[in-house]
Amino acid sequence: MGKWKTPDDLKYTESDEWIRVEGDTATIGITDYAQTQLNDIVYVELPDVGDTFDKDGVFGSIESVKAAADLHLPVGGEVVAVNDGLEDDPEVINADPYGNGWIIKIKIADASELDSLMDAAAYAKLCEERD
Amino acid sequence: MTEPLIYEISASGRIGVNLPQCDVPESELPSELMRDELALPEVSELQVVRHFTRLSQRNFGIDTTFYPLGSCTMKYNPRLNEDVARYDGFAKLHPLTDEAGAQGALALMYQLQTWLAELSGFSRVSLMPAAGAHGELAGILMIRKYHADRGDTKRTKILVPNSAHGTNPATVTMAGFEAVELPSDENGDVDLEALRAACDDTVAGMMITVPSTLGVFEDQILEVIEAVHACGGLMYMDGANMNALMGIVKPGELGFDVMHYNLHKTFSTPHGGGGPGSGAVGVNEKLLPYLPGPIVDIVEAPQAEEAAPLYGWVMPEKSIGRVKAFHGNFGMHIRAYAYIRAYGGEGLKAVSEHAVLNANYIRVKLHEAYHVPYDRICAHEFVLEGRFKGVDEVHALDISKRLIDYGFHPPTNYFPLIVHEALMIEPTETEDKVTLDAFIDAMLHIAKEAHENPELLRSAPHEAPVSRVDEVRAAKQLVLCCQPALPQAETD
Repeated sequence: MGKWKTPDDLKYTESDEWIRVEGDTATIGITDYAQTQLNDIVYVELPDVGDTFDKDGVFGSIESVKAAADLHLPVGGEVVAVNDGLEDDPEVINADPYGNGWIIKIKIADASELDSLMDAAAYAKLCEERD
Repeated sequence: MTEPLIYEISASGRIGVNLPQCDVPESELPSELMRDELALPEVSELQVVRHFTRLSQRNFGIDTTFYPLGSCTMKYNPRLNEDVARYDGFAKLHPLTDEAGAQGALALMYQLQTWLAELSGFSRVSLMPAAGAHGELAGILMIRKYHADRGDTKRTKILVPNSAHGTNPATVTMAGFEAVELPSDENGDVDLEALRAACDDTVAGMMITVPSTLGVFEDQILEVIEAVHACGGLMYMDGANMNALMGIVKPGELGFDVMHYNLHKTFSTPHGGGGPGSGAVGVNEKLLPYLPGPIVDIVEAPQAEEAAPLYGWVMPEKSIGRVKAFHGNFGMHIRAYAYIRAYGGEGLKAVSEHAVLNANYIRVKLHEAYHVPYDRICAHEFVLEGRFKGVDEVHALDISKRLIDYGFHPPTNYFPLIVHEALMIEPTETEDKVTLDAFIDAMLHIAKEAHENPELLRSAPHEAPVSRVDEVRAAKQLVLCCQPALPQAETD
């Protein structure tokens, strides 16, 4: 395993989001690499349930003591749930990026868009290269 | 030791001022506007003097310490400029004085416009913008109006390299354009292939910081300008880093169409608490009619050989309009004028040469103990990585905090974003070799400490009145209350 956790059951984007597919819905968050680079996260701007975005669309933003970054949707879809707990405790993303630090759940519009995403091995390699 | 808040030394009944006897008839204030209890501290004059004197002694500034804050150009503010700005004729001049009564001030502004245009190779300069980002906004609004006037409304994008100042994409968005980020190549220059692929008839222009935030001068700047012009876009140069270029490069001659200066950086007017800033903007012939106004011009030629001309306010023909009340930050114009006048052309060139030399001196002294990702001859600043192989727990922030113990202001942290754990160092030309060596020694010590005793860095600063502050709380808790809660009746 590398310096950062990259669970095998997830798919990844070049902009450091992960997606966990469960049937026609999916959970989305940012990776361990992303939270390490951002450092202490202080604010997450969430979309509303019902909002729809295309693949790579900006569905929110995340702010840390170091920087602010846009959040990109790995595949297009409709937001069906948001992690309200992040409003008061955004630092949970630092502590548990793949678990309690999830950001939104979506209904996937077109499952074929998943094919363009990276698997864990490819993403882990990308992180090493960028470090 | 921390200094208590002024409310904490307040005690009921203490009085700091004796009001003079009232020499006009008293009149009653409307009772609904009267309050009995005010949330004001009750302190004696001596307590006030001591409290604020102590606070002022805690101030970390260019007048007390080396301040290598990259991108901010914290250079010395010569006292001569302050003397000149306090001349009665300038300091007491009312901003609504008519042109005839303000010829001296207008002559100064005209001369400053002319010198700035000469230094950058532009046709004309407006002194109206209040600071750097304001100059950027004025520049991009001019580009927008230029395209709109030609009926070319499909240009909605402005290209911005990822090594630009953070204000650049913000300006683009504020001006109603879409910011399109361009990657950098392995040398830190704009990726030319990505640029050429992005250039089409929807591009209104490009905003580029030169030298970039990596502190490097774009080797291929002419190709960049040519590519953008070829697709019909205009070139904006963020001139905040002109400190590296005076007397060496004229952006107007390179082909830039518009640029802003930071008088509060390059031309030594005070900033960072001592401001305000001033973001003069210069243009070539294409954008001349759009300059924000009014600008100063000669409205009547001299009547005799030795006589002065008559200066007046002129609104450029298709101006984007007023961007500031009155005449820009005139106090800064005076200081910048005095600075240019004192140095002269050759002197300003020497300023830039020494700024570049000082930055390169530090870079070369540190590039073995620290990783410098774009390790080439730099301009007036450079960026190193604030992290060490095998010492994962030490971050740029820890190095910065430890520098405070050594008596130096930390460099800029975590910017630019394209460098891991970035520390951006800009010494400026006003520091001598003794100071630079002391800073280098401190940085080398800290690198050694990072390997031998990382906890020393993690818990720094140790010598400051307040040790490590809670940055997460500072970012999350936006409302800080430094006064007692108001009485219930007033908050209802």
